[in-house]
Amino acid sequence: MLTTHKSSSCQFLARATTAFLSSFLHSAPPVPLRLALRQNPIPLIAIHEWRADGGVDRREAERGGRAMKQTAPQQPNRQAYTAFRSSPGVLFWPTVHVLCCLLSAAAGFRFSRLLFLLLFSPSPPSSSSLHHRHLLRQPPPAVLPSPPQPHIHLPPPPPAAAASNRVVVGRHGIRVRPWPHPNAAEVARAHEILARVQQEQRRRYGVKDPRPVLVVTPTYARTFQALHLTGLLHSLMLVPHPLTWLVVEAGGVSNETAALLARSRLPVVHLPFHEQMPVRWHDRHRLEARMRLHALRVIREKQLDGIIVFADESNVHRLELFDEVQKVEWIGALSVGILTHSQREGEKGQSPLPIQGPACNASGHLIGWHTFNNLPYAKKAAAFVGDGATVLPMKLEWAGFVMNSRLLWREAEEKPGWVRDLDEVGINGEEIESPLDLLTDASSVEPLGNCGKKVLLWWLRAEARFDSRFPARWVLDPPLEIIVPAKRTPWPEAPPDLPFQVIADDEDHVEVHPSKKTRSSRSKRSTRKKKKREAHVDAQVSDLFNRQEK
Amino acid sequence: MGSGIWVLTLLILHSVFEGIAGQEQELNHRTERISGSAGDVLEDDPVGRLKVFVYELPSKYNKKILQKDPRCLNHMFAAEIYMHWFLLSSPVRTFNPEEADWFYTPVYTTCDLTPSGLPLPFKSPRMMRSAIELISTNWPYWNRTEGADHFFVVPHDFGACFHYQEEKAIERGILHMLKRATLVQTFGQRNHVCLKDGSIIIPPYAPPQKMQTHLIPPDTPRSIFVYFRGLFYDVGNDPEGGYYARGARASVWENFKNNPLFDISTDHPTTYYEDMQRAVFCLCPLGWAPWSPRLVEAVVFGCIPVVIADDIVLPFADAIPWEEIGVFVAEEDVPKLDTILTSIPIEVILRKQRLLANPSMKQAMLFPQPAQPGDAFHQILNGLARKLPHDKNVYLKPGQKILNWTAGPVGDLKPW
Repeated sequence: MLTTHKSSSCQFLARATTAFLSSFLHSAPPVPLRLALRQNPIPLIAIHEWRADGGVDRREAERGGRAMKQTAPQQPNRQAYTAFRSSPGVLFWPTVHVLCCLLSAAAGFRFSRLLFLLLFSPSPPSSSSLHHRHLLRQPPPAVLPSPPQPHIHLPPPPPAAAASNRVVVGRHGIRVRPWPHPNAAEVARAHEILARVQQEQRRRYGVKDPRPVLVVTPTYARTFQALHLTGLLHSLMLVPHPLTWLVVEAGGVSNETAALLARSRLPVVHLPFHEQMPVRWHDRHRLEARMRLHALRVIREKQLDGIIVFADESNVHRLELFDEVQKVEWIGALSVGILTHSQREGEKGQSPLPIQGPACNASGHLIGWHTFNNLPYAKKAAAFVGDGATVLPMKLEWAGFVMNSRLLWREAEEKPGWVRDLDEVGINGEEIESPLDLLTDASSVEPLGNCGKKVLLWWLRAEARFDSRFPARWVLDPPLEIIVPAKRTPWPEAPPDLPFQVIADDEDHVEVHPSKKTRSSRSKRSTRKKKKREAHVDAQVSDLFNRQEK
Repeated sequence: MGSGIWVLTLLILHSVFEGIAGQEQELNHRTERISGSAGDVLEDDPVGRLKVFVYELPSKYNKKILQKDPRCLNHMFAAEIYMHWFLLSSPVRTFNPEEADWFYTPVYTTCDLTPSGLPLPFKSPRMMRSAIELISTNWPYWNRTEGADHFFVVPHDFGACFHYQEEKAIERGILHMLKRATLVQTFGQRNHVCLKDGSIIIPPYAPPQKMQTHLIPPDTPRSIFVYFRGLFYDVGNDPEGGYYARGARASVWENFKNNPLFDISTDHPTTYYEDMQRAVFCLCPLGWAPWSPRLVEAVVFGCIPVVIADDIVLPFADAIPWEEIGVFVAEEDVPKLDTILTSIPIEVILRKQRLLANPSMKQAMLFPQPAQPGDAFHQILNGLARKLPHDKNVYLKPGQKILNWTAGPVGDLKPW
């Protein structure tokens, strides 16, 4: 800070001297000098020593730093006069100072201190050469220059320490390599390291002796099956524990589903259920419950051991869910976040996510259940699949429960008495709505996930219209014959006018009759632009299929 | 028959030892035993191995200073205060100076704080000198050895050089009066004027309760590769760059600000401790001085410290094998830091994490109140005990004088 202090005083002195000279010689101050001084942007600091001498106030000094004004030389004139009047002995050191300041201003770097040190102090050449070697050892990385000096800086003042000191005090260069961006191979290696570290963490602090997980999923072949099932499949592939996936398919085993399941490397039990999936949501929930019961019966027959997790296709699961369920002893309950229809634009007030799950008192015991409040959606509830209204969950979703498979076995040691035998459940038209109906005593359910405070899965239902068509296995074979250019992409061969006219005409049709088809399949999207474009595409595809069918 | 009994005894003994070794291996599976060049000394108990006499100084040297500014208890130089407090109630303390091996002078030289909390070292040499004059006139033990069996805690930036700027500190050198005493300090750099032979390097103070409250479950996956929070350029004191941290921190920023593996910035997040527990490597580069509390935080939170400070001497270097625990990168290799860190074999990284998970390692870096066995206070006592017994030539002959009481800058000679 001392050097900047001195330089600003230099500047002031220089200004004073030039003003003094000009007042005597009646000529304009030399322009090159002014420009040279302006090249050095110096941070502005109050000059305390001048205050003692001549009462120069701070504003004067600051102004000296910015632009040279002709109006200000009144005070410096006074200063110069007083200096001139005193004896020559006193003038000597200021003159030397002025000379050095002018020289440094002309040369463009901080000359005074460094030069004096180099000339007048016995500097061992070894240290400076050492420093040079230090820098030159790495020719590829450039030394980032610090402004305002554009060239490599001078060697620092020699250290007072012994010559064996490898670490030098003083200014060092900032080493930057020529391409300071990440290397792809290194990033890949870093990710491998992270994966291995996390695996080790899991091994050391995670679940000890994990029990196998039995995942029960009801499904059926439809438009969105590929979407939902692939998502669930990927989640299950990441589960670190041994897993068996029981997929119950309504309408029997189909090639679509089999093809999807074969892509995973999980042990899958593909069970047919010989009833078609109904269209009304109410009936659909019931059928799903019966499908799950069917899976439970299979678990009982085969005496599969593990923790049963009811994972519906369209739900979203966190991987911590599968670690948390390892803590269950007989039957546990989790909090499920309910993702109903997204809020429309213009609706204000962020209501919190509705959650279904166990409710606990302060000491952590189960005292009740949080369920989903149906009232706001009473009129907007969806009746059948794909009608575009809100799909509501049941009172308590199956997905929020996990149970030990030994509960279902015929013969299991320490099996608690409050579970009903599976053979008696579901007969005589009894409706099973949630796993609580399998128990005689619902108070013995264990709340998981920090007593329901952690939401580890989200319930979601998003389906296309029941009669919506999709190409088999989502593969277009043979490829489409008619290719229409997209609106925005420039197509080199097609004439500029015609396709746009065609599209505009089509769009008009689509806009006038907003078909339920478009809205249901796009029930999640909220932007209008996307609706337009995809409405157009959807119209085209459906047209094509209608034609093909005919 | 006799040989049969021998064989049986041997078999029994062998199985017993196997059992013990098996248990040890079980422990090794999770953590590893720390043994430095001095042996497995982290778990040594200093009680009974040394006796420390605490001088009773007037309260202007300690209590009054602390009363004036209680912030001294929480900043990174608080080790001198806690050392005093722990010694007062420790079993190694003796009230009989004749049987004492070590003598301690409780003077808080790092407690003169600016309004923003930084300690000013300008009066510290005079304070220290005045304290030494006091003990040399009131007790005969200083003159007996001229301080060779005395130890002082000087936790400032450059130890007993008593200045925050390195050039000035080197100019001053270690306070002349302390030339024969043992210094307990946080600063350590090889071949540096301010590091005396035989000094004990200690970790800077980091608040243990605060760190305890920010612990997260250990199975939270470590997903940050490299983590650092702090300054890269000290714009106030070094506007052009190149002086601060010898340009190393600026180099880290310029080379890795675009690298997604490096989570580095100048923020002050409230989740700083939690983030360290989610990181694999934590950078501990030098600043104006080579040491910083980041090392302590990294060790406590299980993040492998990447030390970027040439020739640094780390705390308790004879008891803790730092090369096996941390990664040392030369300042000139900073542009290649990503290559260096990603090319460390994974087994080495896992071993370092196991060593860091050892609770005795974490305990040795902390100053919990009250003092617990194995903590930094006890490690200092262990270090002092390892220096015993004193050499015979430590005791001066009557009339022999080595120290020059008028040496040093003129300003130091003024009374305090």
